[in-house]
Amino acid sequence: MNTAVDMSRFVRSENIEALPPPNLARGPVAWVRENLFSGPVNTLLTLAVIYLLYILIPPIVDFLFVNAVWTGTDRAACRAETAGHPVGACWAFVIEKINFFTYGSYPAAERWRVNIFFALLALGVGWLLWLKAPRRDLGAIYFFWLFPVLSYILLTGGNVSLGLGFWIKFAVASAVFLAVLAAAAYALKTSMRSAVLIGGGIVAVIGITLALVNVDWGLRPVPSAFWGGILVTLLVATVGIVFSLPFGILLALGRRSKLPILRLASVIFIEFVRGVPLITVLIMANTMLPLFLPADMTVDRLARPLIGVAFFASAYMAEVVRGGLQAMPKGQYEGAMSLGLNYPQMMVFIILPQALRIVIPGIVNTFIGLFKDTSLVSVVGIFDLVKTIEASRIDPNWAAPTISYTGYAFAALFYFIFCFGMSRYSLGVERRLATGQKR
Amino acid sequence: MKKAIVSIAFGLTASLLVAGSASAQATLASVKQKGYLTCGSNTGLAGFGLPDAQGNWTGLDVEFCRAMSAAIFDDPTKIRFIPLAAKDRFTALQSGEVDVLARNSTVTMSRDTQLGLDFPAINYFDGQGFMVRKKLGVSSAKELNGASICTQQGTTTELNLADYFRANNMKYEVVAFATSDETFKAYDAGRCDAFTTDASGLYAERLRASNPDDHIVLPEIISKEPLAVAVRHGDNQWGDIVRWTHNAMLNAEELGVTKANVDQMKGSDNPEIKRLLGSEGKFGEAVGLTNDWAYRIIKHVGNYGESFERNVGEGSKLKIKRGLNAQWTKGGLQYGIPIR
Repeated sequence: MNTAVDMSRFVRSENIEALPPPNLARGPVAWVRENLFSGPVNTLLTLAVIYLLYILIPPIVDFLFVNAVWTGTDRAACRAETAGHPVGACWAFVIEKINFFTYGSYPAAERWRVNIFFALLALGVGWLLWLKAPRRDLGAIYFFWLFPVLSYILLTGGNVSLGLGFWIKFAVASAVFLAVLAAAAYALKTSMRSAVLIGGGIVAVIGITLALVNVDWGLRPVPSAFWGGILVTLLVATVGIVFSLPFGILLALGRRSKLPILRLASVIFIEFVRGVPLITVLIMANTMLPLFLPADMTVDRLARPLIGVAFFASAYMAEVVRGGLQAMPKGQYEGAMSLGLNYPQMMVFIILPQALRIVIPGIVNTFIGLFKDTSLVSVVGIFDLVKTIEASRIDPNWAAPTISYTGYAFAALFYFIFCFGMSRYSLGVERRLATGQKR
Repeated sequence: MKKAIVSIAFGLTASLLVAGSASAQATLASVKQKGYLTCGSNTGLAGFGLPDAQGNWTGLDVEFCRAMSAAIFDDPTKIRFIPLAAKDRFTALQSGEVDVLARNSTVTMSRDTQLGLDFPAINYFDGQGFMVRKKLGVSSAKELNGASICTQQGTTTELNLADYFRANNMKYEVVAFATSDETFKAYDAGRCDAFTTDASGLYAERLRASNPDDHIVLPEIISKEPLAVAVRHGDNQWGDIVRWTHNAMLNAEELGVTKANVDQMKGSDNPEIKRLLGSEGKFGEAVGLTNDWAYRIIKHVGNYGESFERNVGEGSKLKIKRGLNAQWTKGGLQYGIPIR
């Protein structure tokens, strides 16, 4: 039986173009409907926010841009009667004072040194933060050793003139240090060679650092009393950030250590520093400390708050890192120990990489807080960015009604750029490191 | 027990203070050895101590330090300015962090006798004053009965105000704010009839008004604020240098010796000028300086009148009248003690 039906066959040779989805399901209209007006409550909220933006944004834009004054050499330019219109931000003031905001009283002829410092800082930060940069191990050495030494020489002029007596003492101290290390290695029956190598390395690094600082590079000395502005703000923030992470990790490990003295010391340090406000530490350092020291002994006026800030940030960082350590399941520790790893190996290879990853938001939060806290040094008479702005806004040459607002707007912009940058970078790193660990 | 601890702490602090002032016996020698003078300055006060756009310090107080540096080193730039907040200033001087404090500090008996400090030279006589709008038609503070007055909270300004109105049997309404900024903004916006603060501050604030010409500063000064340069108690030579730096600048003004003509004046026959500029007598050596110390001051900085006009007077934006700070011959209080 012939069941074949004689009909022309139809096989579509290419896919038919898909119909577009209904207009209401895509495009801006649908997006707005879905995201902004998806219910009565959301609609109300959206409208309220739009209204708020409507009353906030135009005056801000007017102040910062439309009515702003961009050129001028003194207060006349920024007054309504000469400008002929209501005056907003007086950017001419910021432009005129920008050198003071950037360098403080740093001698004008030597400011190229500060510029090199900024460039070196940018290089180091870029090298470490750009995850695909070549030789990041060298970058770390640069940032944590070479960069501080170079900065010190550039900014102060180096040439500390240590003298022969100091070098003799240094040689004796190094010899004693090496001998102690060797004796310890012998007593503990560990490798003598590695002990001497490590000890020698430490002595060599310290020696080279001191020698570099000691050399007369022919730079004019610039005492820290002349530093100011963005230079000081970045310096305080960098020192705080660079010191706080390693010291914070050590303190956190110390606090969780099984050795009672170490643990007690860490707990006391952390709790003491966290128990006093930063402003107290700064005032103590800059006002009270000189009273207790002998009259001929002084600690640099800028170094004191630097040390205070570094201590302070370390204590906070320690608690953040401890949070990460406590979040690690016990099995990680046990697994590492069962592989025969000793304590440093366990921490460096197993625990810390995971623990630190968990607390990246906390670490960055501390950094951002620290960056903004640097403005507190202005209270003890250090001319950081905020203080330079405050000193400039009362300059009678620039006395005009909006000068103060302009100065603070500039400061806000500066802090916002840095803090927002840090926060975005940390988000990026988090996303990258969390691949495969999404919860 | 607690009392004992407190008294021990006080005893320790006191002994430290004494030790501090004792060890700082020869400030001049230590300044010469360091090669620079450390000068406590204001962190920013228009006309008195303020860094300019290049970060160089300017102002009346600052020029006093420059004059000292000129007298000691023949160079007005061998100074490090340490900006000090009001609460830190005396501690910084006591502890030896600064050699001299030229920071618009009011001298009072308790400060002079209890803080271990001396105030050898009053370089500006200030006092609290009032500013009002011109259209109010008031020409004296005595006519302010019933006025509302903007002032800063918790300051001596507020107390002086209360004293003054009570003494003159007048009513007033105080409108107080936390910061000087807010206070002036409120006055400028018309929230009160008058604004009060130290007279030198009134002139600086007036410039920030939306229309400076609409405001006048009333002539009355209702409190005494002698702003003086301070040094540690016990180093009399150093105190003498401060006192005579100021007097040299005053005498120079009185004798007509200025920065511009000081070299001509060196050949003057006037014995007073000769003594001032060191061509006669050995007055400089007596305080550990060279005999041309005053010449150096005038050559590098100028006389008191020049410094005043340049920083706070007609040559500056502040345009403060000499008033109490005029020479005694012109009805002011600045009286140069004779050099002889």
